[in-house]
This record gives sequence, structure tokens and C-alpha cells, in this order.
Amino acid sequence: MNLNATLIAQLVVFLLFVLFTMKFVWPPITKALDERARKITEGLAAADKAKTDLSLAEKRVGEELRRARESASDVRGAAEKQAAQIVDEARTQAAAIVAAAREAAEDEAAAVSQRAKEELRAQVAQLAVSGAERILRREINAQVHAELLSNLKQELS
Amino acid sequence: MAAENEAAQHGMSAGEYISHHLTYFNGTGGKQQALIDWGVINYDTLFFSVVLAVLGGFVLWLAARRATAATPGRFVGAIEMLIEMVADQAKGLIHSAESRRFVAPLALTIFVWVFLMNAMDFLPLDLLPNLWAGAYAAAGHDPHHAYLRAVPTADINATMGMALTVLLICLYYNVKIKGLGGWAHELVSAPFGTSRNPLFALLLGFVNLAMQLIEFCAKTLSHGMRLFGNMFAGELIFMLIALMGATWTGLNAPSVFMWLGHIVAGFAWAVFHILVVTLQAFIFMMLTLVYVGQAHEGH
Repeated sequence: MNLNATLIAQLVVFLLFVLFTMKFVWPPITKALDERARKITEGLAAADKAKTDLSLAEKRVGEELRRARESASDVRGAAEKQAAQIVDEARTQAAAIVAAAREAAEDEAAAVSQRAKEELRAQVAQLAVSGAERILRREINAQVHAELLSNLKQELS
Repeated sequence: MAAENEAAQHGMSAGEYISHHLTYFNGTGGKQQALIDWGVINYDTLFFSVVLAVLGGFVLWLAARRATAATPGRFVGAIEMLIEMVADQAKGLIHSAESRRFVAPLALTIFVWVFLMNAMDFLPLDLLPNLWAGAYAAAGHDPHHAYLRAVPTADINATMGMALTVLLICLYYNVKIKGLGGWAHELVSAPFGTSRNPLFALLLGFVNLAMQLIEFCAKTLSHGMRLFGNMFAGELIFMLIALMGATWTGLNAPSVFMWLGHIVAGFAWAVFHILVVTLQAFIFMMLTLVYVGQAHEGH
């Protein structure tokens, strides 16, 4: 173990190596490490945020779904109501038509029977006159007794 | 076994083998004679530490170039783990974010570099010295004088050089954080405090200053010597293990026994050394952070 100038040389080499490390090795690596640490922190924060965003979105979707379901049932209820109304209206209309038809038929039937009655009455009057003619033959003048016959006809109606 | 080959080739004794392995390639053609000689330089230590610094720096740079905020690959991820480990340790021991911009890369550099230099122990003991001896002989020199030590941290010059650098950095931060006056005041008033009585104040000042100087010396010496001691001892044990195989004299019971011992002990020590290599690199880094952290705190 003898000391010599190697000691001084080693001292210089050591300092040079330290300066090299300080300048070209340490800063880039620590910078990369810090940068990576920052990125990881940001990534974790982003993941957290995404998780809360997702749960919020899920909540909103549920809300929307509920609302859609509600409005669908509303629409269906309204449609059913409207359908029932239409059916009711149709039914009343049909009833009205039927009633009107029946009335018209009754009116017609009444008119026909009236006419038949009048014809019958006229024929009865004629028959009565002709019967009376046969019975009375010459004694009765049609012109003289026209007023009488018309009165009779009036009475029969 | 390489050791056995070399010992056989050169006809070395065990002592010569170890002594050969413990001699640096320093241009003087042998061992350094004086304890301290500033005219000598260990080329092998310098070469391997520079090569490993370049290699480590290149690998780190590759990772730094490819590091992005996107998902990292395995390689970048591994380097990032290392950097996060160092950054966490630095954060725990140094509370000034501005100082950390220099000290954290310093700690990373120490860990990577010391680890790589320690890890040279895992190369086969004689691999690089034998290659060097071959090159030396090819260049027309005597291969017996081809000395090479591959583990830079087993050289006290390397570890003390780093420890002294750390000391200088600590002194710099002492002045920077506390100001020249503040630090000077701390040198004479801590750890025992001061007194209103001028005589006692002077006395305590001397004691405090002495304590502070001893503390700085002890810290720096233990810092450098701990790493050196561990790696030197580890290398020495690898040499001793290699010597077991080097006792081969032919196919006989003692030779086979020693050869098996070489394999078992070499494997066990290498596995244990994985821990030592990593732990010593980590300890050197942590002590650096602790010392620099202390420089930031007033007593």
C-alpha cells in the first residue's frame, strides 16, 4: 500500500465521472421518472372521473327509460280511450240511423194504410150508393143527392 | 487452473506468486520503493478505473437516452430502480434539494463505479495478468516483469483518492452552507461548546478544533481504508485459493484433494464476494451521503 500520483489521477477521474453523471445521466432519467409519475397520477384521476361519469350516465339513462315508459303508457291509455270513444260514437250513430229508418218505415206504412183506408172509404161510399141505386133505382138522382153522398163520405173518414 | 500454469511456467514459489500479483504496473519495472512517491503512477489502476468509468458512464447514458415517461423496458427499468434507490437514500440524508442536484448523481456515480471496480475481482485471477504477460513478452520484454493488478479498488490510491474527493466536497459544502465564518466558529465551538471565560474559551477552542480535525481525518481515512481493506483482503484470499490448485504435482491424492479444495473454496468465496462487492459499493456511497449530510448540519 504505497501512495503515489495515482491518487491524484483517481481524484480527477472521479470528479469527471461525477460531472458526466450529473449532466447526462441523472437529469433525463429523473425527468422521465417524474413525468411518468405525473402521467400515472393523471391516469388514475381520469379513471376515477370516468367511473363517476359512467355512473351518472347510467343514472340518467335509467331516468330517461322510466320517463319513456311512462309516456308510452300515457299514449296507450289515451289511444284506448279514444278508441272507446270512437266505438261509442259509432254505436250512437248506428242507433240513430236505425231509429230514423224505423221512423221513416212507420211513416210510410201509416201513409199507405191511410191511403188504403181512404180508398176503402171511397169504395164503401160508392158501394153504398150503388147498392142504394139498385134498391131505389129511379128514385134517386145522383146530381140531387151528391151533397148527401159527400156528407156521408165525410162522416166515414 | 491458470495459477498452477503460471506457477509451473515460471517456476515461482508461493510467496513470489503472491508478491508478483501484488505488484502494480507502474513504469518502474518493480515494486514502488518509497512509501509515498508522487513521481510514480499505477498505470493498471488508472487504466482499469478509467475503462470501467467509461463503461459505466456509457451504460448509464444509454439508459438516460432511452428513458421516457412511457413504459420502460427491462434495461431502462433496472437503471431506473437503481436511480430511485440512490435518490431515496439521498433524500433521506440530505435535506437541501439544491445540494441533492449534485450529491445524488455523485452517490450514483460512486455506487456504479465502485461496484464495477470491485467486480473486477470476479474475473479469473490470472486471466488479465497472463494476457498482459503475453503482450509484454510479444513486445520483447521479460514477462517476469509484466505486472498487472486488475482490481482498482484494491489499490489504496484509488480508494483514498475517492475518499479525499469526498472530503473536499464536504469542506466545500461546510463553507457553502455555513459560510466561512460560521464554519470557522463551528470548528472551535463544537462538539464541546465554548465558555464566557476567555481562558476557558481558548482552551475549549483548541480542544474543539483538535476534535474536528481528528474527526475529518478519521472519517476520510476510514472511508478510503474500509473499501481498500475489504477488496485487498478479498483479492488476497482469491490468490491463496489459487495457490491450492498450484500445488499440483501429478495425479496423486494430495494434489487431487487440493485441486478439489481450490474449486470448492474458489466457488464459495466468489459467491460470498458477490455480497462483499455490492455491500462495499453501497457502504462507500452511504458514507459519502452521510458525510455530505453532516456538512449540511450545524453542531
